Amino acid sequence: MDLAWIVNHLDELGLRTLQHFGLAALGVAAGFVIAFGLSLVAVRIRPTYGPIVAVSGILYTIPSLAMFAALVPITGLSLLTAEVPLVLYTLLIFVRNIVAGFDSVPPDVLEAADAMGYPGGTRLARIEIPLALPLIVAGLRLASVSTIGLVTISGILGDRFGGLGFFIFEGYRHVFPTEIFAGAVPSVILALVVDRVLVGLGGRLAPWRRERAPR
Amino acid sequence: MSLIDATVAWFGDPAHWSGAAGIPNRLVEHLGLSAVALAIAIIIALPAGLAIGHTRRGAAFAANLANIGRAIPSLAVIGIAIPFTVLIDPQLGFKIYPTIVAMVILAIPPILVNAEAGIVGVDRDLVESARAMGMRERQVLRRIEIPIALPVILAGIRSGASQIVATMTLGAIFGSGGLGRFLVEGIAQRDIGMTAGGVVLVAGLALVVEAAFALLQRATGTPAAQGRPPTVTRPSLGPARLTP
Repeated sequence: MDLAWIVNHLDELGLRTLQHFGLAALGVAAGFVIAFGLSLVAVRIRPTYGPIVAVSGILYTIPSLAMFAALVPITGLSLLTAEVPLVLYTLLIFVRNIVAGFDSVPPDVLEAADAMGYPGGTRLARIEIPLALPLIVAGLRLASVSTIGLVTISGILGDRFGGLGFFIFEGYRHVFPTEIFAGAVPSVILALVVDRVLVGLGGRLAPWRRERAPR
Repeated sequence: MSLIDATVAWFGDPAHWSGAAGIPNRLVEHLGLSAVALAIAIIIALPAGLAIGHTRRGAAFAANLANIGRAIPSLAVIGIAIPFTVLIDPQLGFKIYPTIVAMVILAIPPILVNAEAGIVGVDRDLVESARAMGMRERQVLRRIEIPIALPVILAGIRSGASQIVATMTLGAIFGSGGLGRFLVEGIAQRDIGMTAGGVVLVAGLALVVEAAFALLQRATGTPAAQGRPPTVTRPSLGPARLTP
């Protein structure tokens, strides 16, 4: 272990951590928007749920290194190549959790809302989404944590999309364990911190119900 | 389409089918490393999961462990393991051991959590009657709980195995063998055929492993044979339900 190296590279470490977080956040946000749309379709038109989950399940089984590698010939070493796999991997997690969230809303509550004359959009925003929140946040946790892990792998695309994975790849190239360590440890800490923050957020958004993970 | 042409051409070249860097050897390496990692993970996680399920002690510990295990990126585990494993062996400790450590850590949560959930899900009345018949705790576990929980336990091993086979590719970044080498070298040399060929091989192997475990589950006469495997991937769920 070379502590001097770490001290000398603290500012770069900070920048890489920010870059890592940014790449992950963009992927999770885009994945959430797409998955939310898909989930609404799946909930309203039930027969589409099976195919949607099946397709996102197939995408999920493709090894991450393989997915990054497969995109390079098509989209080059671009931000798109770094983000597309991140987005695709979140779909299965999000769709499952969001649909489970909507399913967890008691039918009586929906009927009551209808009887009170709520239009569809209002019912969605005021009744369904708030009640589905605990499960949606559980999905957000899972997706965030796994995406932060995946960003380390996008380091194979080079230093612009490496985040903390950049240190891991560089350290390997120079046979310098300290640098590998400097990339690996913060990425684990980042994942754990984000997970804790989201747990707190979940408790704040839905204080009436303790978070429960879906099946 | 040039991508498909390049892939077919790569597969068609006889030079890619022999030697240390050939497809058969890489496939054997990949399977060998995966099997070693899976075996170690089972040795650690299965007894622990069975004990926790049987005694109902340490369930919260297991749930937390599984949560943390999921939060840790495999590539990071490899990185963290390197400084320690090089102390054991400078060569293998840099190239192979870290990957195996990461794969073991990857597979422990699903195996442990499923073993525990499977045992917890066994009908209490059955366990009580076994005890009333004079079975010892060990016999209860071996003759009643494990056979009934088998489908859930196997589902955990299955999901551990398929995660290992897919994620083992990362080891190639650090110079371990296996199919990941085609991805890493393909990207480095901008060889589209090799990259896509590697993708096909890895995805194909993952599917074959899934199918093999599905057959194994079916052979043990389990509910998994009827479509969806009873995989329990989240520890905070209630006990898994079983149809007798």
